[in-house]
Amino acid sequence: MEALLAFWDGAFGSAFAVLSATLVRATPLLFVGLAVALAFRAGVLNIGAEGQLVLGAIGASAVALATPTWPRALVVLAMLLAGAAAGGLWAGIAALLRRRFHVLEVISTIMLNFVAAALVSWMVRGPLQEPTRVYPMSESFAAAARWPFLVPGQRLHLGFALGLLAAGMLWFVLRHTAAGFRIRAVGAGPRAAASAGAVDVSRVTARAFIASGALAGLAGASEVGGVTWALYEGISPGYGYTAIAVALLARLDPRWVVVTAIGFGALEAGGAAMQRTAGVPAVAVQIVTATTLLAVLGATRWRARRRREAGA
Amino acid sequence: MLELLLVPFLEATIRTATPLAFAALGELVSERAGVINLGMEGAIIAGCLGGAAAALAGGSGIGYLGAAAAGLALASVFAFFVVRVGSDQIITGTAITVLGLGVTGTVFHLAPTLVGVGAALPTTGPIALPILSHIPVVGRVLFTQPAPTYALYVLVPLVAWWMRHTHAGLALRAVGESPAAAAAAGVAAGRVRALAIAFSGAMGGLCGGTLVLAQVGSFNENMSAGRGFIAIAIVVLGRWTPWGTAGAALVFGAAFALQYLVQSLGLALPYQLFLAMPYVLTLVLLATQRGRAVAPAHLGR
Repeated sequence: MEALLAFWDGAFGSAFAVLSATLVRATPLLFVGLAVALAFRAGVLNIGAEGQLVLGAIGASAVALATPTWPRALVVLAMLLAGAAAGGLWAGIAALLRRRFHVLEVISTIMLNFVAAALVSWMVRGPLQEPTRVYPMSESFAAAARWPFLVPGQRLHLGFALGLLAAGMLWFVLRHTAAGFRIRAVGAGPRAAASAGAVDVSRVTARAFIASGALAGLAGASEVGGVTWALYEGISPGYGYTAIAVALLARLDPRWVVVTAIGFGALEAGGAAMQRTAGVPAVAVQIVTATTLLAVLGATRWRARRRREAGA
Repeated sequence: MLELLLVPFLEATIRTATPLAFAALGELVSERAGVINLGMEGAIIAGCLGGAAAALAGGSGIGYLGAAAAGLALASVFAFFVVRVGSDQIITGTAITVLGLGVTGTVFHLAPTLVGVGAALPTTGPIALPILSHIPVVGRVLFTQPAPTYALYVLVPLVAWWMRHTHAGLALRAVGESPAAAAAAGVAAGRVRALAIAFSGAMGGLCGGTLVLAQVGSFNENMSAGRGFIAIAIVVLGRWTPWGTAGAALVFGAAFALQYLVQSLGLALPYQLFLAMPYVLTLVLLATQRGRAVAPAHLGR
């Protein structure tokens, strides 16, 4: 009971809880949730949002540290581009392995998650380590690289607004553009899409994969720019895995990803509060995530969709 | 040179390959039934915790039993969803892994004494086999290992024989190739798949038990460290055969053991390079092996 009260207070109990805890934690989940939703829509099982997020954080940090004298708008823009490029590149490796060598992306993206973890561990002890070389972290970013807050006195930052924008754009692209139609067609049935003639299935999936990685990379950029203002090893407490639950629960609809990301943001924020005041460990949130996923699976019989995708 | 570097390296290769081989052998059996068990990682971490808790309660022998039981329990949930509910294998497996990591992490934080943080966990050290261990080089490498390694020396040939020469083994392979055809031939495809998953879970649990009781000597959060996913790569590299899987597990054991070798050589390379090595190796091997290997036709559906 005490734990539940702490959970509620931490997630929704006050304006501070909502604006500085729940929505701040929802921000990376929004980006990675969109990333996974986009990939799954195209029939790509991208389990690698975690690694793509980490690469995005490295890319954005490298830019932030290299441009201490630039004006803020320019630095933020450069960080976004670098984060997206690094995340897209990381997904691109898996996309290439899938397209050229027929390596199952489920395995390759998970392997790349571990490589990314080793890479960031090296970065914060090697090339990007702070100048005194004592702590495993980068130097703190200059003021220009710290993203603006949306509400004075609260920790909610620009990243959340950009996440909402990304959700809107992704929804529009998927729903109303030719590219979006091709992605949905490929995801719904690659053979049908190929035999219809107009769609190069392999190219569409590869591009969707890379775009998915870029979205996950933005999550990393937004974390270092809006929350930590420096690069750390533990930049993501498993956001990339939670993202699968976020996307599936939203039934891969970008509009609903906004809702489920905020839901899981509340879960994370409440979980953290629970750990602080009631001693319930925050990893318990993973049990909730997994149980939610299993419940959704039981309810929706995902398989029927996959059967059609496989053209069987 | 040989005694100082090569023998310890080979010894470490066998030692680190042992838990991998358990998990990969389990994964192999479930994949031959047409099921990719991505919940393997969860079964391993459950085995780590179950092994530690059971060993504290009843000694190291009970520890291995507890590890297998814990892996089996988690795999049963996976089997229920995949076989009974008919949910997607990949997503369900991911959920099972997250569940395993969440439950074990929570227990670790809430009841540290239960899993032996600081407490003396009964572990199983290397046993030198009589006569065999006196053979030069080979004796120390192959026959001075903890008990689970010896169990594998028996288990790998047994599974190979079982799969090839028994009726049940044939049923397993038939289900992996075509559940419909197997069912027409009178095989209860769903039951075969469920049993194969149960076996893979128990093997995953033993992988975790070996990690805790024969290698690390304590339980830690996330100590499975992706071995469940590496097991899947091992099966691909081993071309879905028991002997191939055992051989591929040795390759990965060597990749893990390489960091000890480099340490003893005193090379000034960042250690993260060697942390990443097994995972990079997985990618390279998958890219080069795929196409020549023959997967069960109905795998993943």
